[in-house]
Amino acid sequence: MDEPLTDNRPLRILIADDSDSDRLILKTLLRRLGHEVEDAANGMEALDIFRKSAPDIVLLDALMPVMDGMEAARHIKVLAGERLVPLIFLTSLSDADALARCLEAGGDDFLTKPYSRIIIEAKINAFNRMRLMHRTLSHHRDLIRERNRKLLEEQEIAKRVFDNVAHTGCLDAPNIRYHASPMSIFNGDVLFACPRPAGGMQILIGDFTGHGLPAAIGAMPVAEIFYGMTSKGFSGSDVLREINQKLGRILPTGMFCCAAMIQADFHLNQLQIWNGGLPDGVLLRKNGARENIVSHHLPLGVLGTARFDAGMKIFQTEPGDTLLMMTDGVMEAENQQGEMYGEQRLARSLNEAGQGDSPFETVMAGIRAFTGNQPEQDDLTLFSLGMVEEGELAGVSERLPQSALEGPAEWHCVYEVQDRTLGQFSPLPLLLHICMEVPGLRRKSGEIYTLLSELYTNALEHGVLGLCSDWKATPDGFGQYYAERERRLGDVAGHFIRFTLTHTMTDRGGRLAIVCEDSGSGFDYRKESSAAGSECRYSGRGLMLLRKLGHSLNYREHGTRAEIVYDWHFSEVATREGSTIQQPGGWS
Amino acid sequence: MPIHTHRSEDGQTLTIKIEGRFDFSTHQAFRDAYEHGDEKVTTFIVDLSDTTYLDSSALGMLLLLRDYAGGDNARIRIENCNNDVRRILSISNFEQLFAIR
Repeated sequence: MDEPLTDNRPLRILIADDSDSDRLILKTLLRRLGHEVEDAANGMEALDIFRKSAPDIVLLDALMPVMDGMEAARHIKVLAGERLVPLIFLTSLSDADALARCLEAGGDDFLTKPYSRIIIEAKINAFNRMRLMHRTLSHHRDLIRERNRKLLEEQEIAKRVFDNVAHTGCLDAPNIRYHASPMSIFNGDVLFACPRPAGGMQILIGDFTGHGLPAAIGAMPVAEIFYGMTSKGFSGSDVLREINQKLGRILPTGMFCCAAMIQADFHLNQLQIWNGGLPDGVLLRKNGARENIVSHHLPLGVLGTARFDAGMKIFQTEPGDTLLMMTDGVMEAENQQGEMYGEQRLARSLNEAGQGDSPFETVMAGIRAFTGNQPEQDDLTLFSLGMVEEGELAGVSERLPQSALEGPAEWHCVYEVQDRTLGQFSPLPLLLHICMEVPGLRRKSGEIYTLLSELYTNALEHGVLGLCSDWKATPDGFGQYYAERERRLGDVAGHFIRFTLTHTMTDRGGRLAIVCEDSGSGFDYRKESSAAGSECRYSGRGLMLLRKLGHSLNYREHGTRAEIVYDWHFSEVATREGSTIQQPGGWS
Repeated sequence: MPIHTHRSEDGQTLTIKIEGRFDFSTHQAFRDAYEHGDEKVTTFIVDLSDTTYLDSSALGMLLLLRDYAGGDNARIRIENCNNDVRRILSISNFEQLFAIR
């Protein structure tokens, strides 16, 4: 659209009339009203002018030589296309049939001769309003059409990105069957499967509240965390905790992800399952017995980390057992009468299955027969995992995806707080934040914070401020200690506390080395720590905490330099071959 | 203040609730919370349900409270700790000195 949508510019009006005098009268009249006027003596001329100058409004005499008004009107409407060009017939006809024919030919109104200036002005204004409104609407329609086209194009590309992230796993393993139906370009459901480095596989099936783009945006980090952590050997519980934390942070309240995590071990023939908000799964035993896998947890992204329970339930299995999990689209699949498939029909489908029938095919056939191939109203994901002998899956675990969740693994950072900033600012949240970028450390945020905080407190109070914890021996001394702390913080010019953090990867996890140096004159760390054992003292527990949480603690340079090493481990990584059993928490 | 106190109806139990970080900055408020009580109080409850973090100086403050309340005869319960807080209390063997629930 090159014209502005509202304008006060003069209208371009085309007049076609074979009577020279009538034409002159009308032309003069319209010019006085401020419009630009072009005129033609017959329909053919009018068409030529119309093609050249695209007028806004056309006034046509009905009866003209060469080409009459009705014929010209039809051509003009075609030429105008989508543009609304009001056509007003100029006529002295009073016969109703003739007037009606004018309108049928595409006319919008009449002006009867002799002309009334007031009526002409009123009609032209009225039609101009209509013309502008039509143009505004067309413009909006074009915008919407264009935006929609762009949106679909973007979704198409985004879907390709999403598919690359989401479907890099082992969903094509011979013991996995699944059906995932997208309701729109994006599926509100997620289904990921990934081999574990120590053997076996981990599967996540989930259903985001909502559909389309919002659900897909939530699914992206879930896919990254799932594949990244699983391929590094993190347990299902660890992955769940991480996903829950991430979703809790990024999803708006009211949006969450119902999900089940399945950790399959084909060596021990054992399943560990966590179900948070999905319909009951079914574990079908080889002998025909069935066990429901009930949801005992809230969906992911609802509870805070402290209250989130990632404990998985263990099921002993045998080769030939099958696990079926599904999203609520299966339960809510509707037939033509608007009834839902539901648990009872699912159970009936399974009851009717013959010996040796695949439970997955049985349920899919049941849903199809029930819905009569209705288009699915909800995202519908059905998944089955066959328990097999470990040897049957040879080759699957070699296709570990390249981890998408690297996070910073090898890094070094020095942060020094100086002068009066020591009294005003705590560097601890910032330092903790840097450490929390490492996925393996995130589970240990409490311990890392304690390490940083105790190191900082010691460096500040005993180092920079030169406070002696002997003062804390009595309740009043405790108060004096902190009053003195406050007073001395006012005079810390020339002082500093420097943290040097170094993170490296090890075979079994990672190592964070923290060095904390200060500009004080040192403190007697031996005395501080030796007294920690006695229960009657109110102080001296900081060093004890540092020692117990860290792997090693060393003080150097008269106590002005503290070095601590903190090791973390991937949980439960590859202990199968070896005889050592690792602590699940990693520290010891 | 991030510290709130509550007396039971019979006046014998004083609940001290600490919000956010329990560290040196709460020292005075924590001390005020129990020292201004009267002698009817026989049991103290330290409610840590809204405490996000506890450092070594807070451990010292808990010991101050313990001695104020009668040392080995003190009746103090520490309640509703989150995992991080609980871990620090247990590393310090505070289960031997306090009833931690």
